[in-house]
Amino acid sequence: MLTKSLGHSFTNAFAVVMLFTAVSLSGIGAAEAQDANTVVMKNFDFSPMSLTVKAGTTVTWKNLDGEPHTVVSADGFFRSHALDQDDTFTFKFDKPGTYKYVCSIHPKMMAAIIVQ
Amino acid sequence: MSSDTEVSESRRGALKCLAFGGAGTLFVLSGGVLAPIDLAMAASKKARHSVAGIPLFLQISDTHIGFSKEANPDVAGTLKQTIDLVNAMPVKPALTIHTGDITHLSKPEEFDMAAQLLAGLNITELHTVPGEHDVTDGPGTEYFNRFGQPSGNRGYYSFDHNGVHFIALVNVMNFKPNGLGGLGDDQLAWLEQDLKGRSASTPIVVFAHMPMWTIYEPWGWGTGDADQAMTHLRRFGSVTVLNGHIHQIVQKVEGNITFHTARSTAYPQPTAGNGPGPGPLKVPSDQLPKMLGVTSIKILAHPLSASLTDTTLS
Repeated sequence: MLTKSLGHSFTNAFAVVMLFTAVSLSGIGAAEAQDANTVVMKNFDFSPMSLTVKAGTTVTWKNLDGEPHTVVSADGFFRSHALDQDDTFTFKFDKPGTYKYVCSIHPKMMAAIIVQ
Repeated sequence: MSSDTEVSESRRGALKCLAFGGAGTLFVLSGGVLAPIDLAMAASKKARHSVAGIPLFLQISDTHIGFSKEANPDVAGTLKQTIDLVNAMPVKPALTIHTGDITHLSKPEEFDMAAQLLAGLNITELHTVPGEHDVTDGPGTEYFNRFGQPSGNRGYYSFDHNGVHFIALVNVMNFKPNGLGGLGDDQLAWLEQDLKGRSASTPIVVFAHMPMWTIYEPWGWGTGDADQAMTHLRRFGSVTVLNGHIHQIVQKVEGNITFHTARSTAYPQPTAGNGPGPGPLKVPSDQLPKMLGVTSIKILAHPLSASLTDTTLS
């Protein structure tokens, strides 16, 4: 009897934990369309245009446009090759500072990574 | 067969010109007035005699070898079709001008494939300028390894053929902050020198990737310092400016200068402002061949004029 009720309780508790986890995960999923350290190229814009990260973070860029884009640091710190649709580029920011960059093919596309 | 063409009036408002692209239409531009010539008549013996010995050139543009997304999964195939179309033309052009974006991502294998395909043209003489897709690595190492020789790796150069003076300009390596292309001071100084002392009756053909006039600034469709180049060219009796980049035909006539952008052989783009940006435009597959093609340019000495024929794949 005791085992049975313990079993039920455990199952219930487990179910509650799973439900809570599922809700939490979906909550995160709904609130942020992309990972916290990601910049996307969409409709000829970098989004977000300004991203703040901690020193030591690796930032990922992903191109969602049908047109290739590049990620080129204004001060020569990093440069991607041409990114086709769905291609990604990553760079690890060790030193604090503001890193401005552009798409070299479409220089009107400008953004910055702020490293703290 | 005819394609819609956006036209802007010349600033002086002196002329209204409309050129239709499509198989079967030929317009002669003479003294700034367009007159249609029936292709059938042009092919007749009488007409052929009068066009004999007139230099004929081909402009091909935006082949984007390496592109493989929805708008055209087989750009090598449409380039091959274009080459077959050119090889079947009744009069063989003397040389080919490629106005850039030979490749999609500047990759060596893309340049290799493009060279292989273009070798299928029965026209052996090829002159190129880079598009921004050809120099995405910054210095344009791959492009210049293959095509840098005529310009000593500067990208800009000139040559003569049958009395026509051709000028190749690079406007994709010096972008303006507003996104327009740029020529830069060195190239402008070279251009001025190159034109010095030439007779105004020398027919001039200028070719560069990005439009040499502002078609639509929000999408970077223009060249920031092109006006400076045009001041050196204005005194000539016939100037034809051939550009690419926008994957559609837009033309403008300003005095003795005809500006023309060509279709791509890979994929079309939206017309100015009709979309989120100047990216590939997906159209129904039966529509695609009508939006891809090449341009033939005929230079006449008497009267001094240029005629352009735009041909589509279907």
